[in-house]
Amino acid sequence: MAGKLDLDPRVVRKARRLAARAGQPVVDLARSHTTVSVERAVLRLAGVRGADPDGIPWVNRLVDAVVADVGLEHGVSLPVFDALRDYGDITVLAQKAAAGAVRFRVPSSSHAARRTAVKFARVGLARVDRRRAERDRLIKRWGDPSQRPWIYLIVATGDIHEDIPQAQAAARAGADVIAVIRSTGQSLLDYVPEGATREGFAGTYATQENFRLMRAALDETSKELGRYVRLTNYASGLCMPEMAVMAGLERLDMMLNDSMYGILFRDINPIRTFVDQRFSRQVHARAGIIINTGEDNYLTTADPVEAAHTVTVSQLLNEFFAHEAGLADPQLGIGHAFEINPDVPESFRLELAHALLARELFPDAPLKWMPPTKHMTGDVFRGNLLDGFFNLAGAMTGQSILLVGMMTEAVVTPWLSDRDIALQNVRYVLGAAGNLHEDFVPARGGFIQRRAHQVLGEAIDLLDRIADDTLLNAIADGTFGIMRRPADRGKGLDGVAAHAGDYFNPVTELLEAS
Amino acid sequence: MTIVRPYGDTTGDGMVQLSFTLPIPYDKRAEGAALQLAAKMGMDPAMLVHSRQMGDGFTFFVVYGRVRHLVDTEQVQVVERDFPLLSAKEVNAAIKRGLRRRLSVVGACIGTDAHTVGIDAILNLKGIAGEKGLESYREMAVLNMGSQVSVPELVEAAREARADAVLVSQVVTQRDAHLHNTRALSAAFREALPAGRRPLLIAGGPRFDELMAGELGVDRIFGRGTTPREVASYLVHAVVEGTR
Repeated sequence: MAGKLDLDPRVVRKARRLAARAGQPVVDLARSHTTVSVERAVLRLAGVRGADPDGIPWVNRLVDAVVADVGLEHGVSLPVFDALRDYGDITVLAQKAAAGAVRFRVPSSSHAARRTAVKFARVGLARVDRRRAERDRLIKRWGDPSQRPWIYLIVATGDIHEDIPQAQAAARAGADVIAVIRSTGQSLLDYVPEGATREGFAGTYATQENFRLMRAALDETSKELGRYVRLTNYASGLCMPEMAVMAGLERLDMMLNDSMYGILFRDINPIRTFVDQRFSRQVHARAGIIINTGEDNYLTTADPVEAAHTVTVSQLLNEFFAHEAGLADPQLGIGHAFEINPDVPESFRLELAHALLARELFPDAPLKWMPPTKHMTGDVFRGNLLDGFFNLAGAMTGQSILLVGMMTEAVVTPWLSDRDIALQNVRYVLGAAGNLHEDFVPARGGFIQRRAHQVLGEAIDLLDRIADDTLLNAIADGTFGIMRRPADRGKGLDGVAAHAGDYFNPVTELLEAS
Repeated sequence: MTIVRPYGDTTGDGMVQLSFTLPIPYDKRAEGAALQLAAKMGMDPAMLVHSRQMGDGFTFFVVYGRVRHLVDTEQVQVVERDFPLLSAKEVNAAIKRGLRRRLSVVGACIGTDAHTVGIDAILNLKGIAGEKGLESYREMAVLNMGSQVSVPELVEAAREARADAVLVSQVVTQRDAHLHNTRALSAAFREALPAGRRPLLIAGGPRFDELMAGELGVDRIFGRGTTPREVASYLVHAVVEGTR
């Protein structure tokens, strides 16, 4: 693929260097802080299960109890595993703690608590490792999709028991990846709901039990189809680290995980987001999960032509943060989208330039190509045509994961027939032109090359400014997607603490040692 | 002429197209069932032009046909724009002249709705369809609170900003969430502020019925395709000219 845009490797290296310089202070911040969700994720890995009668998970009750006694800054592991000596079972400890029957302390001699904590964390990570090995085995047995891009379809009924047959039908109709959209509003819940759920708004709650049910159903269908069907959910919002752990434990295959989405679009505190993001990506790295970044979102709020370079900047930052957290290139489902106003002259050539730029900048990453949403007007006929061009752009620029566009976007949650028509559209384009990327080489010095160079140049200018000003200030100033998000504001800030000198997290230690 | 029929390619032919899915596999009987539905919907004659089985138990149909129904355009009820459409310059001048201060607007997506696309189109500098959003109006002070704002937060912010108008956008309509949220909004404002100090309440979203303003307790509803300029013109009409 290399070299279609004639990008100067020195310029590309410079872009990466700047992204690293802009990102490093945020990594330092993430390494020196913890959050309630990181601590709850540790306890989930250590085996705390279930919820109280009001549906509040025991991990929340346990972390709250520890924080009330000794604060968050030491991490909950030492106090919890110190107290565990008297209780034996960690979920029982959580229940007793919730009832106010446990008094936590930070042990002065912490060797025993540390040893126990590491032992529990190891058991949890071993489960994640087994699920990863199981995925490798099943892919070997049933096989990967025969074509690229992989076809990615969304299911969103609100009811897991409705989602399952829909997801299975979608897989039979050709979907290689099923994403179960979460209920609107789950992002801002500071706990993960429990159990199988049947009530959601414009999506289905992400719970560990829903993960398990859907994965089991897709295993059945994968076997029937002789093709491993992947499952996607969302590590975003206030419970990003816990979502990552649950995904690892239940063998999800992809997770939406963007470094800045929560800050910009959900008004979650920037420090909370960066700390949660780093931990969740470390867990994804271990679990062999492909992350999907969310650059499509910038294009829905900002102008996709004027703001094209902010997508490139975000992609480079997402890559830097992902590598730092231990993710390998084949795990980076870096995102971008087809959102230029179709009335803009040369809109399709601009889309090709942007899509090819992403392809060339990240040659080994499974790029995720996302369909038009902003200019889907309710005119379903025009929408279907636009989706056809989107599919064609994906084929011409060698995209890796294609999120199937719906002509009824912004009208209704997709009907059975909408999905069928959308898949026919994809199949026609991939069948007719799936390998067009082999022949599609933009003219030297032509419109597409010039546009790609321009976007990369603007991205470098912006990265330069961010690196000098710091990323947190850039976010505070509204550099991305127009929203201004200062570091001392936003949701979830009260669940953040700077590490005390004796901060201890057995999971991070094990993940960083491996 | 107030009585009209659908138009295919000849005046008065009454031709329409229709597509739908029945939960049965494709066969002759399924085709008959599709035609039966079309007949019951008033299509006569109906031509089944396309059928396609999807999965095991569903078939998709496209039907073209003539409907016997007539429509009377005299009997249609709509909210016609009852205020003049002003340019940005005229809006600014009217506020300056009429209020002698900036017109304060607070906007948000309320409830669990995370789709800020509507409120952003109206408020953001960027705007939509070539029209800049309300943030670009010199004589307006705009606070865009973004998504998933709770109603009490919005009331508080409106109070603090001495809002002349509160705009909420609602995209998600599952289980009528947009209607519930809008009612909660109007109830909260009625409770928190006396009638004279209550800001103008405006709801917007693609699936609202513009006729429902009274029922939902808001002053105005804007539906699909509304532009910032229309909202700005309405604000001048309602707030500055005090005609609400």
